[in-house]
Amino acid sequence: MSEPIAETAAVPLKRLLQRAERMKKLRYGALIAPLAVFLLLTFLWPIAALLLKSVDNPEVAAALPQTVHQLSGWPGKELPHEGAYAALVSDLSLGKGSKTLAEAAKRLNMEEPGLRSLLMNTARKLPLASDAGPRESLVAMDERWGELCTWQLIARNASQKTDYYLLAALDLTRDASGEISRGEQGDSVFTEIFGRTIWMSFVVTVYCLLLGFPLAYLLASLSKRSSNLLMVFVLLPFWTSILVRVAAWIVLLQQGGLINHVLIALGITDEPLQLVFNRVGVYVAMVHILLPFMVLPLYSVMKGISPTYMRAAMSLGCPPFKSFWKVYFPMTVPGIAAGGLLVFILSMGYYITPALLGSPKEQMVSYFVAFYTNETTNWGMAAALSALLLAATLLLYVVYNRLVGSATNGAPQR
Amino acid sequence: MLPPYASLPEKLWYYGFRVFCGLVLLFLVLPVLVIIPLSFNSDSILMYPMSGFSLRWYEEFFYSEVWTHALKNSLIVSPFATLLAMALGTPAAIGLTRIDFPGKALLMAVLISPMVVPVVIVGVATYLVFAPIGLSGSYLGLIMVHAALGVPFVVTTVCATLQGFDYNLVRAATSLGASPLTAFFRVTLPLVAPGVISGGLFAFGTSFDEVVVTLFLAGPQQTTLPRQMFAGIRENISPTIAAVATILTVISVLMLLTLEWLRGRNERLRTAVAE
Repeated sequence: MSEPIAETAAVPLKRLLQRAERMKKLRYGALIAPLAVFLLLTFLWPIAALLLKSVDNPEVAAALPQTVHQLSGWPGKELPHEGAYAALVSDLSLGKGSKTLAEAAKRLNMEEPGLRSLLMNTARKLPLASDAGPRESLVAMDERWGELCTWQLIARNASQKTDYYLLAALDLTRDASGEISRGEQGDSVFTEIFGRTIWMSFVVTVYCLLLGFPLAYLLASLSKRSSNLLMVFVLLPFWTSILVRVAAWIVLLQQGGLINHVLIALGITDEPLQLVFNRVGVYVAMVHILLPFMVLPLYSVMKGISPTYMRAAMSLGCPPFKSFWKVYFPMTVPGIAAGGLLVFILSMGYYITPALLGSPKEQMVSYFVAFYTNETTNWGMAAALSALLLAATLLLYVVYNRLVGSATNGAPQR
Repeated sequence: MLPPYASLPEKLWYYGFRVFCGLVLLFLVLPVLVIIPLSFNSDSILMYPMSGFSLRWYEEFFYSEVWTHALKNSLIVSPFATLLAMALGTPAAIGLTRIDFPGKALLMAVLISPMVVPVVIVGVATYLVFAPIGLSGSYLGLIMVHAALGVPFVVTTVCATLQGFDYNLVRAATSLGASPLTAFFRVTLPLVAPGVISGGLFAFGTSFDEVVVTLFLAGPQQTTLPRQMFAGIRENISPTIAAVATILTVISVLMLLTLEWLRGRNERLRTAVAE
């Protein structure tokens, strides 16, 4: 600042400008940094840790270290040598009654039901009574120790990383030889859940579009005063707690609820219909909750379309409906895409509404993530399902971002 | 709107369209409105017709240890989460609108992502990481994650407010001898305040209505109002739920009115400047 002018002039202006620019970047970068660090710690790091859990496989290596060591390099074509059996006996007697062994047993049991009891029972019967070799005694104790696939399973889980959970979330398994195949007994549990999640989100999106498009059109064509007034109708539910709306729908849709009263009074049905705790209830509440997310982007796009285009088309002799379809509608496609994607992305992650308003047949992927975390403490499965759900969500989010341009426009604001 | 020479089909279409939109609007507000009268029902069945007027369910709410504890927790967690989101989001938004750098779009997408990542994943993930370091079952952990969920709203609204911001005002302040901090508090902040407040309202609304993360992360000590409502609806939906719902709806109406007022004020200011 206090430098003499002559001296500053000696430094090329370009460099001075660059320096000033760098300072500015540093200064404003420092404003962004706290938020970036905060989100890294409370958001990105936990999610990364969860995703890593989907390939994490420490149990067997921790409980059976000597066995795993003996099995490294084992080709897996025939039963392992005596040393592996001896190592197993030693591992099992060391780990008898420990949590580590119980967890390894639980882990192996996931892939081959019955292995938990095999491992635990064998450990309980140790030390070996007879003088026979460990191999002979173990096979005598339980013939499964003489089966190749038991050992292949242990060998396969010797590594710290596994693709078991991710494959299982896609209803795939590795068979004894390590080939990926579809589950044996026609298991399609997770394919069904993912299919259901996508289908329900799609149906909700379509209903939101069918109800939201005319409403947004009306709001965009009204005067500012009346559209502002009607907008309150859209924003009030948007701001109302989701739980309040879920409770309200239960009250409205129940057997003796208002909707059933109206249906009976209109003669549409003779006896009350089951409208809640099934698919109907979940659809109605989800459409209700997500409709504003469709109306708001549509409205902002439609607001920017000048009515003179339609008038021009009609004055040139195009019938009203055709001019709407050929002129107006194509211009609303960005709004449809933005609103539709937003509704679809949000529906995919729904948990509360299906949990409170649906039967077990309406539960989506999120429910099973929560289920594996709370009920069975199977972190691997919870993480694998999360990974797939997150991948699908982020993929659609990238498309959405491209479409809407900058992310700044994505906020549900007017 | 409808010209006098409109033909019958045109009239039918016009009125049919309006009736359809009216029904959609009814669909949107009816559920919110229908539950309010039931909270004043003297009967313990959540059904119409009502049997009489009574405030007993409000009494039940305010005299119940469980509900008042939940209300108190919500009034601890949400304001702090909102303040944290505002304090972190506002400077970041200013920084983001002022400089360009490679990967800015990506950073922006990351900052917004808490809005789109399924909440169950956030809940499970934060529980996984926070539990071993003692942050699960604590107010601090819950406040932090709620702030992370609310921060995108602050960033986007402040960014939007800054679109029309004239940085010459800040330059003028600095050239007149104001320190950057003074310039921020005396010039920038008053001008972007509507954006900060409406972003804060969105963040507050998010936290005040948040169940899923709370389900995983909060201990019995941190049960919030939505969490208690979730349990209530799941077990046995009683008129007390309707009373809580009414209270929550009144709060949302107040927030909506504040937001509308802010928006109107902002628009008036903008047009005044433009003229």
